[in-house]
Amino acid sequence: MEALTRIARAGIRVAELTAAEEKANSAAQMAGLAYGLAAIGPGVGIGIIFGKAIESMARQPESAGMVRTTMFLGVAFTEALALIGFVAFILLKFA
Amino acid sequence: MKTTDPNYVNVLSMHDTGPAPEAAIGRDIIRRGAIVAPLFIGLSALGWGANGAWSATYGLVLILANYGLAAWLVSYTAKISYALMMGMTLFGYIIRLAIIAAAVYLVRNLGWVELVPMGVTIIVAHVGLLFWELRYVSLSLAYPGLKPKPQSQQESSSAQANSL
Repeated sequence: MEALTRIARAGIRVAELTAAEEKANSAAQMAGLAYGLAAIGPGVGIGIIFGKAIESMARQPESAGMVRTTMFLGVAFTEALALIGFVAFILLKFA
Repeated sequence: MKTTDPNYVNVLSMHDTGPAPEAAIGRDIIRRGAIVAPLFIGLSALGWGANGAWSATYGLVLILANYGLAAWLVSYTAKISYALMMGMTLFGYIIRLAIIAAAVYLVRNLGWVELVPMGVTIIVAHVGLLFWELRYVSLSLAYPGLKPKPQSQQESSSAQANSL
């Protein structure tokens, strides 16, 4: 009887460990998915910024320097969103 | 698109001939990053010890290298053609994110790495330096990049004397 109880307890412990591992794996996958989603928005944003910059340079070539400065700063601001997603990912997955 | 207008110029076939404003901004951001580096390193050292200081330094170097690479890619490719600049800006975003991800992934298990101060430094340094830099950007047709440095009284009076 005692042996059966031990086996049952060991079985429960293994099941608990497996559930914890599954939870950790699922969290890691979700973190990766969140990083991927966080990178999509800035990607679209940078595309729009650059498209508008090219349009502005075509309309007014003399303002190209000013447009490029605005574009550079806009891209850097947009990229901050992706970096926040990346940092959230590494903290969720590895910390 | 074909056109019969003799004055038609495709902007993608044009290239930059003047100074590169983003290179000046990139250099200025790196200079300001070096100025505030002791603050980030000190705060991380207070919270996480020597490991935190090393991690904050690593995060800051990543961000400054990211700014430098972004500015160099845009200014270098703009001198070749705007079409290349367009491609490099869009792909450069992916490349730079991949470099940062790889740089953090490779060191994540090393003994001196503390992910929290590194991550906080990456975000705060990136956004903070950008907001700080906005104060020094001119954005005018005469000065498309940084604001001109104010001339001192002595320099301006000597310049006037020379012109006379």
